[in-house]
Amino acid sequence: MNALQIRGLAKTYDSGMVALKGIDLTVQEGDFLALLGPNGAGKSTPIGIICSLLNKSDGAIEIFDHDLDRERETCKSHIGLVPQEINFNVFETPRNILITQAGYYGIPRREAAGRADEYLASLDLYDKRNQIARTLSGGMKRRLMVARALVHQPRLLILDEPTAGVDIEIRRSMWKFLSDLNAAGTTIILTTHYLEEAESLCRNVAIIDGGEIVESGAVDELLSRAMVQSFVLDLEQAPATGIQLQGYRLIEQKARQLEVEVSIGTSMNDLFAQLAAQDINVVSMRNKANRLEEFFLRLVSDNKKDNAA
Amino acid sequence: MRSLVEINAVAFKTMVVREVRRFTRIWVQTIVPPAISALLYLTIFGTLIGSRIGEMDGHRYIDFIVPGIIMMAVINNSYANTVSSFFGAKFQHYLEELLVAPVHIVVILAGFVAGGVVRGLAVGALVAGVSLFFTDLKVQQPLLTLLVVVLTATLFSIGGLINAVFAKSFDDVSVIPHFVLTPLTYLGGIFYSVKMLPDFWEGVSMFNPVLYMINGFRYGILGSSDFDIRWSLFVILVFIVGLGSVALYLLNRGIGIKQ
Repeated sequence: MNALQIRGLAKTYDSGMVALKGIDLTVQEGDFLALLGPNGAGKSTPIGIICSLLNKSDGAIEIFDHDLDRERETCKSHIGLVPQEINFNVFETPRNILITQAGYYGIPRREAAGRADEYLASLDLYDKRNQIARTLSGGMKRRLMVARALVHQPRLLILDEPTAGVDIEIRRSMWKFLSDLNAAGTTIILTTHYLEEAESLCRNVAIIDGGEIVESGAVDELLSRAMVQSFVLDLEQAPATGIQLQGYRLIEQKARQLEVEVSIGTSMNDLFAQLAAQDINVVSMRNKANRLEEFFLRLVSDNKKDNAA
Repeated sequence: MRSLVEINAVAFKTMVVREVRRFTRIWVQTIVPPAISALLYLTIFGTLIGSRIGEMDGHRYIDFIVPGIIMMAVINNSYANTVSSFFGAKFQHYLEELLVAPVHIVVILAGFVAGGVVRGLAVGALVAGVSLFFTDLKVQQPLLTLLVVVLTATLFSIGGLINAVFAKSFDDVSVIPHFVLTPLTYLGGIFYSVKMLPDFWEGVSMFNPVLYMINGFRYGILGSSDFDIRWSLFVILVFIVGLGSVALYLLNRGIGIKQ
C-alpha cells in the first residue's frame, strides 16, 4: 500500500510565487524517505499541503488510499507532523501540550496522559514534563515536537528539519529513535539539510529544486550514479613545487593540504604513488563530504545551469 | 479505530478544557477587572448618581442598570476570550496543532465559542454577585434570562473569532472592541431607556443589535423591556446564524489562517 501518493501537485502563492510546479511522488508504506533540496526549493510546501496547513493550487493527494480532498479528517488521523518552526503554546507544560494534542485526535484524557508520559520518557523529557515549555532548551523543544507528533501513534510521520540547530549527541539519539520507529512500521518522510542524516537514515530520496522533483529513487541507486568523490589529503610538509597529477583532478592546493577529485572505481594506490614520486607524504585523508552531499550539490548546480540557460 | 464522531466529541471537550484553563490561569487579567468595573459603575452611577435620578421605566435606577452592566461584562468577555485565544494561537502558530488534527471546522468553531461563552457566563455571574451588594435582584424569568445571556455570549464569541481570523497584529485585535463594540454597548441602553430619546435617535437605536440583547436580558430579570421580547430573540438568532455562517466559511477556506 502507498502511504502517500502525490499527483501533479502545484502551488502558487498569492504573491505569484510558484512554489510547486506539478510534482509527483509516491511513498510506500514502511518507507523512510528524505526530501532534499536547497533553501527555498519548495520542500516545506508539499508538507504544508499534505498536513492541511496550506491550500494547494492543483493536483491530488492520497494518504493510505484516502483522498485528502474527500476524506480530509481520515487522512489527517494517519499523519503526525514535526514542523520546522516551534509551534506549541510555550506557556503550557510538555505534558499538557501532549495531552491536548492527543485530545484533538480523539484520545480521552486518561489514556492521553499515559501516552504523554510514555513518549516524554522515550524522548528524555519526562523530568521536564511539568516545566513551562518556554524554559526548555532548543533541543528539548524539538524533541517535544517529535513526542507531540507521535502521541496519536500516526502511520505516517513527517519531519520538517527536525534536527536543525540540535547538537550532534541529541541528533544521533534522535536518529536512533527514528530508525527504531521506522523499523516498528511507521512510514517516515524527512526533510533535512544534513545529508549525512539522509544517507544514514533513509532508504529513498527525492530531491526537489525550483518547485520540481529533479531526482528520486533509492539512496544506494543514486549514490551509484555519483561518478566522483573528493578527498582532502593532509600532507607532512608543504610541497616544494607545484603538484602534477595524472588521472586525478587537483581541486585545491593549500600549504599542507590537497583536495583531489577521484572517479568512482579508480584505484587510490596510483594517486599515492604519484604523490610519493614527488616527495609528498600524506599523513591523513578524509572524504570532503559524504557521497550523497556530493551528488546533491552536483545535481543542484546542474539544475541551476540548466535554468540559467 | 475511533469514529470521526468520537474523535470530534473528545476534541471538543479538549478544546473547552484548554480554553477554560487558559482564562482561569490568567484570572487577574480576565476575571477580576470586569468585577472591579462593575463595582465602580454600580457605586458611581447606581448609588451616587442613581439616587438623584429616581426611577427609570418604573424601576429604581440601580435596578434598571444592573442587567445592562451584567450584559456588558458578558459581551466584552465572550468577545475578548475568542479574539485573544484564537489570535494568540494563530500568532504563536499553535493553531496548527488543531489544523493538522482530524477536527471538523464546526468543532473548531464550537470549541472556541464554548470557551468564550464559559468566560462570558463566569464573568457575568461574578458581576451579578457584585451587584447583590447594591440591590436584591429577583429574576422574573430565569429560563429566558439564561437563554438570552447564553445566546448573546455565543454571538459575541463568534464575532471575536471572526475578528481574530482577520487580525494580523495585536492592534487589529483591539480595534473592533474599542471603536465598534464599546460605542454599541454604551448606546445599547445600559444606562437609559431608548424611550427617553427623541424619535429620530430612538429610530437610529433600533439598528443597534446590542439594544435587543440588553433589553431581552432586562426583560428576563425585571420583567420590562423597551419592545417585544420576541424581537430580541429574533435579532440575536439572526446574527448568530449570519456570523456563524461567515465564521464557518472563513475556517473552511482557511482565510486568514492558511496561504
